[in-house]
Amino acid sequence: MSLKDFRDKVAIVGVGNTSYGELYRTHDPLRTPYSLGLEAFKNALDDSGLKKEDIDGVLVSRIPSYVKMCTMLGIKNPRYTLILPGEGRMSGVGLQQAAMGVYSGMADVVACIYGNNGRTGGATYGAEPERFDSYNSPYGMTSPGASFALMWQRYMHEFNASEETLGILAVAQRRHASMNPDAVMRKPLTMEAYLKSRYICYPLRLLDYCLINDGSVCFIITTAERARDLKKSPVYLMGTAQVGQHAAYYHTLTFNYDAMKIAADQVYRMAGVGPQDIDCAQIYDNFLPNVLFSLEGFGFCPKGEGGGWIQGGRIELGGELPVNTSGGHCSESYMQGWAIHAEAVRQLRGECGLRQVKDCEVVQYICSSPLSTTHILRR
Amino acid sequence: MAGEYAKPLPRITPVEAPFWEAAKKHELRVQRCLDCGNIWYPPSEGCSKCLSSRYEWWKLSGKGKIWSWVVFHQRYFPSFAEEIPYNVISVQLAEGPLMTGNIVGIKNQDIRCDLPVEAVFEDVTPEITLIKFKPAI
Repeated sequence: MSLKDFRDKVAIVGVGNTSYGELYRTHDPLRTPYSLGLEAFKNALDDSGLKKEDIDGVLVSRIPSYVKMCTMLGIKNPRYTLILPGEGRMSGVGLQQAAMGVYSGMADVVACIYGNNGRTGGATYGAEPERFDSYNSPYGMTSPGASFALMWQRYMHEFNASEETLGILAVAQRRHASMNPDAVMRKPLTMEAYLKSRYICYPLRLLDYCLINDGSVCFIITTAERARDLKKSPVYLMGTAQVGQHAAYYHTLTFNYDAMKIAADQVYRMAGVGPQDIDCAQIYDNFLPNVLFSLEGFGFCPKGEGGGWIQGGRIELGGELPVNTSGGHCSESYMQGWAIHAEAVRQLRGECGLRQVKDCEVVQYICSSPLSTTHILRR
Repeated sequence: MAGEYAKPLPRITPVEAPFWEAAKKHELRVQRCLDCGNIWYPPSEGCSKCLSSRYEWWKLSGKGKIWSWVVFHQRYFPSFAEEIPYNVISVQLAEGPLMTGNIVGIKNQDIRCDLPVEAVFEDVTPEITLIKFKPAI
């Protein structure tokens, strides 16, 4: 069996989420990861036209207990269950695991459920005691953002990039979010306002960081065969890849380019398409430099040239490669990759209203991290 | 300095103890594989190149270059609040490994990538010495 046999055999048939903007305004302590997960699951079920009884596999992430989640959802005897840590890199892994689950026949229909109450729960992504590290914390070093600040500083030293480079991404993604009713940050952003935003960890600013907000996402996966008779047009998994970049620190000397190169070779070979065929890209923007690293790592532009490449509206709606059409993690919602998976599906179905990419046929998801993942999806 | 040292201190495991004992003697020592000569940092149980578990604690020059640097403006550790904005540097040691630290003896705005640095030893408590860096002369 080769990877190519796996191509187009699995489909996403339902997606659901909460309204991120509404939750951001209400700040409701009753909305636990379970409560949030339930809402996304219900919405995804409605979207797919399936009944709860059709779900025979459950995968959860950032939801503390799969037992409690399944109990609450009344899914008593799933044939497939998996829990993944609440790390963003796991969203792409989740889709892969569920896809392998249904492709192998271990389950027919898997619901992948993610629930995040980070804002209400007081997440800081830096001050948590479990992040303590003897070789970083004594120097005041903490947080994934600071690792990206280190990589971005080095990138600016090696290549031609400036403060405005990330501003282009911030402004573009905010423009996309302004067309997204579910987004948290919808007020248009100017370069001037971007450059006035405060530093969190120099050279990165507040607006280079993802949001911290509450919400949930669910997607429902089944075989291509089963998908044909369901309510909505299936979105097929054409290609997928996952490559580790394991090192002593979250920052790496190569900005993860070596892992991305291997992942790119696999995903494009499996899907039989290349970067030139991608209609829009959903790129994991925990911190905005990662968008640039990903565009370069997956061959959309040569290494070190991303700062020039993104100019002139190329990555905006109407441009050659719209990136993060929902607003991404910095403007729509920080659902750790899960929400931008949902956006990929909706773009391919043509459900995105004002922010719809015209004739959208092929979408790529990219997450560069200690586990770099990518998928190519088609309608 | 008045009062107790309030910043985070290393939690020393048996595997890591020799690193911190050397630091206390103002030496930077890291593990060096007795079978293939590979050196690594932070400390861990074995050699990632040849999988040997036999190693010695090898004294390094303490010299290196700043691979990259940042300045913290956000307060994550209350004990660092008074020092904000404070720098953190990532040093590529002359012998290879990457080491996180702070740089002293230079203004934050004068820090640059590739700046040559050398280790300095700060006895922060009677038990613990932290290894930091200063610009190399």
